[in-house]
Amino acid sequence: MAPVQTETRWSTAAQIAAAVNAGEVSASAVIDATLARIARLNPSLNAFTAVTAERACAKARALDATRDKKKLPLAGVPFAVKNLFDVEGLATVAGSKINRAHPPAERDATLIEWLEAAGAVLVGALNMGEYAYDFTGENVHDGPSRNPHDLTRMSGGSSGGSGSAVGGGMVPLALGSDTNGSIRVPSSLCGIFGLKPTYGRLSRARTFPFVVSLDHLGPFARSTRDLAISYDAMQGADSNDPAHADRAPEPATPELPRGFDGLRIVVAGGYFKKGASPEALEALSRVATAVGAKDEIEIPETARARAAAYVITATEGAALHLDRLRKQARDFDPAVRDRLIAGAMVPAVAVTKAQIFRRWYREQVLKLFARCDAILAPATPCTAPRIGQQSFTLDGIEMPVRPNLGIYTQPISFIGLPVVAVPVPLKPLPIGVQIIAAPWRENIALRIAHALETMNIVAAPTPPALGG
Amino acid sequence: MIAQPGANMTEPLDKFIEAAAVTLALPLDEAWKPAVKTNLDVTLKHAATVAEFELPDEAGPAPVFKA
Repeated sequence: MAPVQTETRWSTAAQIAAAVNAGEVSASAVIDATLARIARLNPSLNAFTAVTAERACAKARALDATRDKKKLPLAGVPFAVKNLFDVEGLATVAGSKINRAHPPAERDATLIEWLEAAGAVLVGALNMGEYAYDFTGENVHDGPSRNPHDLTRMSGGSSGGSGSAVGGGMVPLALGSDTNGSIRVPSSLCGIFGLKPTYGRLSRARTFPFVVSLDHLGPFARSTRDLAISYDAMQGADSNDPAHADRAPEPATPELPRGFDGLRIVVAGGYFKKGASPEALEALSRVATAVGAKDEIEIPETARARAAAYVITATEGAALHLDRLRKQARDFDPAVRDRLIAGAMVPAVAVTKAQIFRRWYREQVLKLFARCDAILAPATPCTAPRIGQQSFTLDGIEMPVRPNLGIYTQPISFIGLPVVAVPVPLKPLPIGVQIIAAPWRENIALRIAHALETMNIVAAPTPPALGG
Repeated sequence: MIAQPGANMTEPLDKFIEAAAVTLALPLDEAWKPAVKTNLDVTLKHAATVAEFELPDEAGPAPVFKA
């Protein structure tokens, strides 16, 4: 592992922790540099909505005074969270205007507590699409978070600030949420790595929900190792999330060197190639060739799975916000409000049908994993669209951007499969590929991602406009 | 089976939206109606896509209640 530089902007979390543990740099120096960087870059990227400078400096000083910090795998690593995570002392705005009136959170979200227990240092909260109902990274209240590779383009949503902050070198690590693709879409557009774990793997306690039966939380980073280290630090039992699975932690970091030898890796065909841009297909081809994935597999009824996820999202989201729609409809982002009002009007039979289909679809997809260990698919149909772009053309059909950037992610999170989104550094803009594994086999997706990184097939490119 | 919205459903969908807004006590500004209608139409089409897939009567939903 290369030693960390005095300037830690493009250092990985693992490099920073190693340097802090070795006494080569203090946690305070890392955090001071990070805060200065955020102040310098945020006017361009608009990734942060709150910076917790005082808290971060205090935490860093405490770390520097800790004698046994060598036991901390993320010692001195700055990180930030999508602003739907509770941060003690801040209102959990979830990208909204309405929640700004909420009282400050009294306690951090579980995942923040566990990352900080591993030595990481929270430096702030990140921009996001209102109430996470978004794939663009745009926000009418806070302005759009911007793509670090082209400031005129979308960061992707709804965890847009997370993608922008990590891709732009503001922090090496961020957390986001993924209901239908909100970790994988920004990862793809911003050229970084993202992990959406198995549904129920990581605790969602003390985060603002969107669609409880589909919500996941996970990390963004510029290396697979950083994903694995942070993921390992966040595993554990937590009775405060009713959907959290009662499973012992299964550390993935020690497994990374195993690579993909012996793994049966296939490419998703049919639905996942229809509508994909040449860039999405080129990225998929590069990854498939590198891992020797020659066989194509058809995931059955994928379009119907996406349709069912769409229905559940619209209706559960509407149920969550029904009272706010009645009392404060004019305070919503109009695009979100109109989708939620429509969702409230969908008959209940449609939701039940969607949940019945969901069980059938899960059973069919699980059967596929008897024949393979991982499935490759595009993460997004195209590279980052321009901010404000309303429509794009997929497979010859013009359709709205906002709900359709997630056409390849939505059928996967619908049944909670773990996915690592890996960035293929195409020029001028990167694009991601999904590595999809069977439930609870995050380790397999991470092993493949790490091997691809070692082979220089995937990498988080340094944005030319923001380099140095 | 959920009806497939189509061109001949335009008026019923408008009426449905008006009635649902009143019944659910949801505000519905005149200017919001086109977008609400577009969104509801898309969602109902997705719902119809799901509903037309035949599954046995015994098929249960994904969430399972445990006492």
